[in-house]
Amino acid sequence: MSSFNVQIRHEQEIQILELYGELDAHTAPDLEERIKKLIDEEKYFIIVNFTSLDYISSAGLGVFMAYIEDVRTLGGDIKLTNMKPSVYNVFDLLGFPTLYDILDDEKQAAQRFKSEFDK
Amino acid sequence: MASSDTYRIDVPASTQQLSVVRDFVTNHARTYGFGESDIEEIRLAVDEAMTNVIKHAYQYDESKTVYVTLGKNKTEFWVAIQDSGEAFDIEKYQEPDVSERIKQRKKGGVGVFLIRKLMDKVEYSRKNSHNEIRMTKNL
Repeated sequence: MSSFNVQIRHEQEIQILELYGELDAHTAPDLEERIKKLIDEEKYFIIVNFTSLDYISSAGLGVFMAYIEDVRTLGGDIKLTNMKPSVYNVFDLLGFPTLYDILDDEKQAAQRFKSEFDK
Repeated sequence: MASSDTYRIDVPASTQQLSVVRDFVTNHARTYGFGESDIEEIRLAVDEAMTNVIKHAYQYDESKTVYVTLGKNKTEFWVAIQDSGEAFDIEKYQEPDVSERIKQRKKGGVGVFLIRKLMDKVEYSRKNSHNEIRMTKNL
């Protein structure tokens, strides 16, 4: 069975989700639950750190497709960081880099949020 | 090992089995000398095809079986996934507009698009009430 885990921490108002393992049609519902819960709790500034994610299929990307509009409409964003090349490649094939903020690391993503807060 | 050898596993139509099938395909692709990026592409294409079978052909009925066969000849490595569920009509398939799907809060619908990008040849057929998707990567 695919192993997958999400750890959540926060730095001030920014929620940081760290993904571990493999994100496929079996494990995507776990991530979806976590993101839905954050939205329910009105936490709309979300960074997803992919450092320890080894694999993603379109079922995993689907979670980001389904919720980004809601989060942005509510004034927040989901920013994606630290992708391995094999994981980035899947996002790239689907044109995600023009639709999502995909950044090198959490620091960049946090700075991006801060510059957006200042606007 | 004769070049005409084929290998097969039959698994229940459960998303739990996706990693089993990914490992099966990855291990064979590796013995055929593919590089890591080709292996990653084959693994993802097979995952997408099997996910579609579980979701659309079998509608998550775990009592059904997914049949995965792979093999190679001198120039090609292929993976075939068969099911006995609802047929997929490739004629009606339209390439997805990802940006539009995001606006509509759709959770996916991009699997077939990915499979076509990742593999060199993708063929669909239906025979004796079984559907088959056969995906080929050039060696």
